[in-house]
Amino acid sequence: MAVRTALEALTLRPTVFLRSAWPWRSLAYLAGGALLGAATILAVIALVLAGTVLSVLVVGFAGYVATVLSGIVVARVERRRLRLVDLDELPDPHQPPPRAGLRAWLNLRLREQATWRELGYAMVSAGVLCWMDALVIGGAGYIVLVMIGAPYFISDEPLSNTLLLTLAGIPLTVILAYPITAWAGARAAMARAILAPRTDDTDARLVEVTRSRARLVDAFEVERRRIERDLHDGAQQRLVALSMQLGLARLELPAGTPAANSVAAAHELAKQALTELRELIRGVHPQVLTDRGLAAAIGQAASVAPLPVDLNVRLPGRLPSAVEVTAYFVVAEALTNVAKHSGAHRAAIRAWVTGGRLVLDVSDDGHGGADPAGGSGLVGLADRVAVLDGTVTLSSPVGGPTLVRVEIPVPVEEAER
Amino acid sequence: MSAGLRVVIAEDGLIVREGVAGMLRHFGHEVVAAVGDASALRAAVAEHRPDIVVTDVRMPPGFSDEGLQAAIELRAADPDLPVLVLSQYVEQTYAAELLDSGRAAGVGYLLKDRIGEVTEFVDALTAVAAGRTVVDPEVVRQLLSRRRDPLHRLTAREREVLGLMAEGRSNAAIARELVVTEAAVAKHIGSLLAKLDLPPDADDHRRVRAVLAYLRG
Repeated sequence: MAVRTALEALTLRPTVFLRSAWPWRSLAYLAGGALLGAATILAVIALVLAGTVLSVLVVGFAGYVATVLSGIVVARVERRRLRLVDLDELPDPHQPPPRAGLRAWLNLRLREQATWRELGYAMVSAGVLCWMDALVIGGAGYIVLVMIGAPYFISDEPLSNTLLLTLAGIPLTVILAYPITAWAGARAAMARAILAPRTDDTDARLVEVTRSRARLVDAFEVERRRIERDLHDGAQQRLVALSMQLGLARLELPAGTPAANSVAAAHELAKQALTELRELIRGVHPQVLTDRGLAAAIGQAASVAPLPVDLNVRLPGRLPSAVEVTAYFVVAEALTNVAKHSGAHRAAIRAWVTGGRLVLDVSDDGHGGADPAGGSGLVGLADRVAVLDGTVTLSSPVGGPTLVRVEIPVPVEEAER
Repeated sequence: MSAGLRVVIAEDGLIVREGVAGMLRHFGHEVVAAVGDASALRAAVAEHRPDIVVTDVRMPPGFSDEGLQAAIELRAADPDLPVLVLSQYVEQTYAAELLDSGRAAGVGYLLKDRIGEVTEFVDALTAVAAGRTVVDPEVVRQLLSRRRDPLHRLTAREREVLGLMAEGRSNAAIARELVVTEAAVAKHIGSLLAKLDLPPDADDHRRVRAVLAYLRG
């Protein structure tokens, strides 16, 4: 497993760890921490002083605001520094300001939770952490220097004793790599915990992403309906007319003549084409789903399935169309899989709405062992279900039975309509 | 066979509409109106009082099931008006709604593809106009595949007969189809009705309704 953080590096074999860059990176991180802390202290003191001195004037307020915002700067530096001991980049929790200009920026930053968390971090960093960084580095450095430099500092002991100290200092230096890395790792974990974006920082973006995916799915659905309409108005009409003309021609021709046989063959082909086109159109978008809803469409899918399907569908009227379409295609795909792969003699579909969720089970008595990754369309459908914040779960132990369960949230007011 | 029926056709596709009109004229029927949407259908029926209405399920403006809705409304207003509905798809739901409409006489629900089976289609039209019930074999097949439990008590031949009964065929037609005597058909029918606890009924039409009601269970 590749090591991504200083803490993880501690679990490496000592020979690997000690020859890696991690102890040095940790050392650099802590040294930087001490410096950053010192700089923060100086800057904040200066800002607060400036604010106090100038507070007789309105501009003094700016000093305080700048103090509050200093956290943003500290956090930005810290996030960058963190890469030394934590290879996973920490995203910026701040939203981009809605408009250009200082006013919009200030307005947004002061209302963001992240700003205040960062201020808190800056205070803890300046008040406690940087001192501890300094203590760790200073302590380690002091011990190493004293031990290794013993022959130089200590003159009232025989050289053999002081050289012994030097010799002992070398393994000690090596061992010190561990506490330094450990502290750096712990500190980085703390910084990450405080500075990482929270759900409420990113929610707006998440919702936007989900919406755009939902729009994409809707666009697909609109397109499928258009294709269905085109096939219905175009090819299907013409094939019906063709089949009718051939049927009439058959009536005119004396039976048994070569012409009659050819026309009869053509008539059969036209009828087959119509049947295939009908299946194709149903696969693109089932009309009954739009007209009569999910329960009717499931009934339809069940009745054309090549094996008996027990139905237990209890739905409160119509559901939102995105839910109906998605649920329908999962049922259709699941039934196709049952018929193709399961070796089942019977299937069952249950559907109901409970606790604001549509729950839909497709089960069979086949031999189980279904693998969702094995080329079935279920994975793609699970993606569509996920767009609606729903889930598809599959239980298929070898020997059966197989159960596919779909759960999709349904807005309560729509479900009760 | 009532030749010379006065027919109103409602179908939004021009090619099919004109094709069906031409075909019906060819067989000696009178197409009094051929219209392209549901409101024109209602107007044409009010104006011409036809012997039978042939309508597509799906029509403008919504391209949903306007034709079916219009057929059901027309039968609500005039329960004896024979209606033959043509559907792009086999939908039990549509078939059920149609069969429940009006006085339960003179309804037909056929897949649009059946237009190509010219003679059968015209036969179905006259049967519906005569007050009988005609259901597409595909719908019957689906109904049969759905209800399995008591059906397994039937012999293969009895199931065949049941399917043809549900399509609205008479004893004579079933006998022709299966190449057996009418007496044999009657025997099968008596036996299967008993097995399914359905009342024996000499009336073709009521018998079809009973079988369909049973299958839709």
